[in-house]
Amino acid sequence: MGQMIKVGMADLKVCKPPDNLTTIGLGSCIGIALYDPSTKITGLAHIMLPDSTAIRNNSNIAKFADTGIQKLYDDMIAMGANKARIVAKIAGGAKMFALSNENAASINVGEKNAQASREKLKQLGIRLLAEDCGLNFGRTVELYSEDGRYLIKAVGKEEKAI
Amino acid sequence: MSDISYEEINDKYLDVLKEIGNIGAGNATTAIANMLSMTIDMNVPMVDLTPVEKIGGMLGSEEDIIVGIMLEVSSDISGSMMFLLDMESAHHLVNRMMMRDPDYNSDFDEMDLSAIKEIGNIIAGAYLSALSGLTNLTITPSIPYVAVDMAAAILSVPAIQFGMVSDNALIIKTEIGGESAINGYFILMPEGDSYAKILQALGIPI
Repeated sequence: MGQMIKVGMADLKVCKPPDNLTTIGLGSCIGIALYDPSTKITGLAHIMLPDSTAIRNNSNIAKFADTGIQKLYDDMIAMGANKARIVAKIAGGAKMFALSNENAASINVGEKNAQASREKLKQLGIRLLAEDCGLNFGRTVELYSEDGRYLIKAVGKEEKAI
Repeated sequence: MSDISYEEINDKYLDVLKEIGNIGAGNATTAIANMLSMTIDMNVPMVDLTPVEKIGGMLGSEEDIIVGIMLEVSSDISGSMMFLLDMESAHHLVNRMMMRDPDYNSDFDEMDLSAIKEIGNIIAGAYLSALSGLTNLTITPSIPYVAVDMAAAILSVPAIQFGMVSDNALIIKTEIGGESAINGYFILMPEGDSYAKILQALGIPI
């Protein structure tokens, strides 16, 4: 029986069947799921911020879309994933509170996270198969290594798989 | 901008920051208790230096559904303040305010969410005016924002705000509840050099 391995905030993990990956309560953060269907090597990153170069304290590379996706990709290749076959799905990037004041940097960080993730995936030549981003609710995700199914759960909404 | 590190502040000024939590949360608790004419217990505040990636789980279960009221704080100090309630407590508070049957627990409608925002206003006003009176600093809260969702998703908002400037956040957290029907947390999260300003205003050399 496989394990459901938990990925924390600003964290990333790679696994193979029978194990699966989950991350809980994505708000404005993004859960980036990478999957190689040929080897079934599966990776999930939970990033908080778009850009490591915009920030002074950037010691945790899993915190940022640019460095986090790079590391996840590198880890999967190191484990034997087939570069050309890796595909991506992303979820999260919500706007939890309708903040409106002068603190412009925190406004729409969810959308910026989603945008930065798409750009990084494009730069690595990874095809983005599906996404469930934005709006104003939190998401818990589960990524299944057998088929790359990305299950999204939200409060008061039906589960959906992308 | 002060060069003082969060870590250093945490060591030296823990008691002062706890006292701020005590006075602020004490005032806020009294304000709600008076409004609802009930008794609400308050625990001793905790001051924690928390890695930003741990903020989502700082209240326990990340997946529990909670009500989060958030206000941004500006003027002399900046940061955010949150009041977090479990669902049962939130329903209890709203029913009390709307003079409804105490067991009513349908999903919150627009009116209920306004009532929750009003609670946020009262609490933030009480907490921040105590802090302002103590320090003589001008502290202005934004309008309150409300979300009902998983704890981790709600707490990701302050986590991201801190994540932009630091790997850690210094959090003044006060739990209310105990025997009473209302269980929740007041959380004050001043940013960057706001700690230095508070300490200086209190005449504490740094």
